[in-house]
Amino acid sequence: MIGVTARYFAAFRDHAGQDIEALRTGAATAGELYAEIAAAHGFADPMARCKVAVNDELADWDTQLADGDTVLFFPPVAGG
Amino acid sequence: MSFKIVAGKLEPEQLKRNLGGDAAGACVCFEGWVRNHNEGEAVRALEYESHAPLATKEGEKILAEAVAKFELYTAAAQHRIGYLAIGDCAVWVGVSSAHRGASFEACRYIIDELKSRLPIWKKEHYRDGQSGWINCITGKPADKDDSATTPVSANR
Repeated sequence: MIGVTARYFAAFRDHAGQDIEALRTGAATAGELYAEIAAAHGFADPMARCKVAVNDELADWDTQLADGDTVLFFPPVAGG
Repeated sequence: MSFKIVAGKLEPEQLKRNLGGDAAGACVCFEGWVRNHNEGEAVRALEYESHAPLATKEGEKILAEAVAKFELYTAAAQHRIGYLAIGDCAVWVGVSSAHRGASFEACRYIIDELKSRLPIWKKEHYRDGQSGWINCITGKPADKDDSATTPVSANR
């Protein structure tokens, strides 16, 4: 298990009811962590439509997580 | 070349002045405005949220791609965040190049990439008092009642 900080934006924040959360997780990758938090908070958006950043860099879903990482979860974007 | 996330009003006329130069023979600018309707809903206002550091980084990357791909003289863009009223300018893109073809194509490329890649989210506030986050793929309200118990994008 590792300790990570999850941050939620826009619709994710509304559904999680918080913008930041400390988690203990067995997830090895950003994608595995998304599956866990999506189940916990009822996020219905497929991972392929969302984006993730690890420690303030946009990342792939198969990025390996390390203890102390901050993981930012972005729901489908809608600029313009 | 510069990309910015801006909390205040965008000033297209001022921004355009930075695009000129002796080698630039063409200039194309795009402005995205807040309109009063979307998908049959009467819209009262829009609210944009961003993760500004990553949006800025990605925006600068998109401008650099466009300058290289279309051999531009220069390119710039800004996206506004916060609460916007009908008619406000939400996004501005400006490019210049030696000839017009490159400017038209590059401007289109930049706005399309900005919309699909930047961590920016849009919430529509409707005439009937409800609000909802917008889904960029369908352009539809993701979750019109915005309650914490409804799955995101349930009506996609």
